[in-house]
Amino acid sequence: MTDSVDPLMVDPDNGIISREIFVSQDVFDTELEQIFARAWLFIGHESQIPEPGDFFNSRMGTESVLLTRDSEGEIHVLLNSCRHRGMKVCRYDEGNTHDFVCPYHGWSYSTDGTLVSVAGELFGVPHYRAGYDRKLDRSQWGLIPTAQMVNHHGLIFATWDPDTPSFDEYTGGFRFWLDNLAANTAGERGRVKALRGVQKWRIKANWKFVSENFLGDNYHGPTSHSSVDAVGLGPGGKEAPTRHGDNKKPRSIGSTSFFDLGHGGVTTAGYAWGYPEFEDENMTTYFQQRWQQREQRLEAEDRPIGGLGPSTMFPSMSLHAGAFPRALIVAHPVGPTETEVWRWFLVDDDLPEDIESWLRRWYLRYSGPAGLVEQDDMENWDYATDASTGTIARRYPYNYQLGLGMASPSEVLDDAVESSYLMTEENARNYYRRWAALMSGASWAEIDQARGGK
Amino acid sequence: MTTASTSSVDARLATLLLKDELTERLHLEADLLDEQRFDEWLELLDDDVTYTMPLRLNVHHSDADRASTKEGDVSWFEDDLSTLRMRVEQLATGEHWAEEPRSRVSHLVSNIRLLSVAPNPMAPEMVEVGCRFLVYRNRVADETDIWVGRRTDTWRADTQGHWRLLRRHLLLDQGVLMAKNLTVLF
Repeated sequence: MTDSVDPLMVDPDNGIISREIFVSQDVFDTELEQIFARAWLFIGHESQIPEPGDFFNSRMGTESVLLTRDSEGEIHVLLNSCRHRGMKVCRYDEGNTHDFVCPYHGWSYSTDGTLVSVAGELFGVPHYRAGYDRKLDRSQWGLIPTAQMVNHHGLIFATWDPDTPSFDEYTGGFRFWLDNLAANTAGERGRVKALRGVQKWRIKANWKFVSENFLGDNYHGPTSHSSVDAVGLGPGGKEAPTRHGDNKKPRSIGSTSFFDLGHGGVTTAGYAWGYPEFEDENMTTYFQQRWQQREQRLEAEDRPIGGLGPSTMFPSMSLHAGAFPRALIVAHPVGPTETEVWRWFLVDDDLPEDIESWLRRWYLRYSGPAGLVEQDDMENWDYATDASTGTIARRYPYNYQLGLGMASPSEVLDDAVESSYLMTEENARNYYRRWAALMSGASWAEIDQARGGK
Repeated sequence: MTTASTSSVDARLATLLLKDELTERLHLEADLLDEQRFDEWLELLDDDVTYTMPLRLNVHHSDADRASTKEGDVSWFEDDLSTLRMRVEQLATGEHWAEEPRSRVSHLVSNIRLLSVAPNPMAPEMVEVGCRFLVYRNRVADETDIWVGRRTDTWRADTQGHWRLLRRHLLLDQGVLMAKNLTVLF
């Protein structure tokens, strides 16, 4: 592994990015060290672990982590690897337990705060008396906790790096997109739940293709997804043949990116699209009311009305922030040309059953490996990666010049720029600017200084 | 020979013929799918068809009823006739890049059993059929996927006495899906 990458690989100012960063094992190994071990990463939704003792087996980068709720109701994120010989202490996707017993030599770790001082601490050690003469300091051999963890209206994030800027600093104005993801259709934050079950699947593409897709790539839609609009996949059915339904207003009028932070979204903070026109008028009426409530609430709480739509939080969590659809996706790196994709679906926690059921079925026919929309994305990401691995192909960089020089500061957010046209690669250029800053191996203090200590 | 044993033999013969009839149906279906005769495949479906494939989860064995997602949860497929039609129409656009060029697919169906027959084998109206599937896909050059699992179907006789698929529940034997997409019909 190299400590840093050649800065010439990424030239956002001129819209030129080397293919190496999508296919090189060296670059990939450096990403694990400089990005995945330092960035804030999405772990799961609070509703997945409602009761004390509940756990959800999640992942950060290439590694398995356990999202747990202890007997006091506190949430923890712990590395799923025994401190003795490294065995996974839990191979269940979810469940309820107060301890994780390693199946190898039997070391056990408690998440029950009444038994140990810190959740995840080593509790049971076979032959502790006879074999270790009681000298093993169990407090030093607990499961490794993340350095920082945050619960953002039900969305759980964590980072391994104690020096990583606070979550608020790290997300900046992008928090409004996260707020929308975490809010019900009436705009109330913390009022969504994750549907049970996370879709997990493998693709033969570099993980950054996934992030880029949602970050602001409005450009791919008309070509990649021409087939779905033709079949009437959307809420309006065949009479309103767009995959999102007829929103009365355009879905997007420009896009937003955070030049120093790397996040981006395909809409702006000041613009809200409409709710879809559904085939079933009752649903249109229902969401019309909710959308009005949302507008009132956001105005009262002085929150920007926009920040809906597909977006990506640097580095690897992407989301559909509005309810139409509302889902999130995490691109877990496996290797330079392989990624494990996880998809969660979120709904308002107070929807009438028939409306929740309709949305779930729409989300499933839209997204994921069986989704009519997403299937074609994966075909493109995989073969783009494949056709970039060759010796000759690697000599020629990708072009990111769409909308170059066509962005201007946002009037709503002080840390973002907006494009004047809805199709742009401004977001990707800023994403790779952030990527290069971390990959340089610079400390957080140095990175902060370089952006003017904002 | 007593009347009772005659009717018993008749019932067994009827069950055998019924099983043959449904086996033929499953094999016909596999041929239609593999020969990309999707419109003809749609004709085998009941108007009220449900087509579901839950996610599989790793849970403690004592928690076996949670080892698959349930109705109301996330799944791979939760389709009805309208969405299955959409899938077929999307394939026909010629712009569904995940299947353009089309993949080469073979459906193998085995372990076929009649799980229940209503009201009885002599006058069957509704039949539950269990089987295993092995679906092989080869795509473009070297891209190959193999999906294996268990299928539970309910077939209902229409007014002409033809069997139509009313319910298909698929249990795929994969936790993490090892394929990039599920563009095939199972």
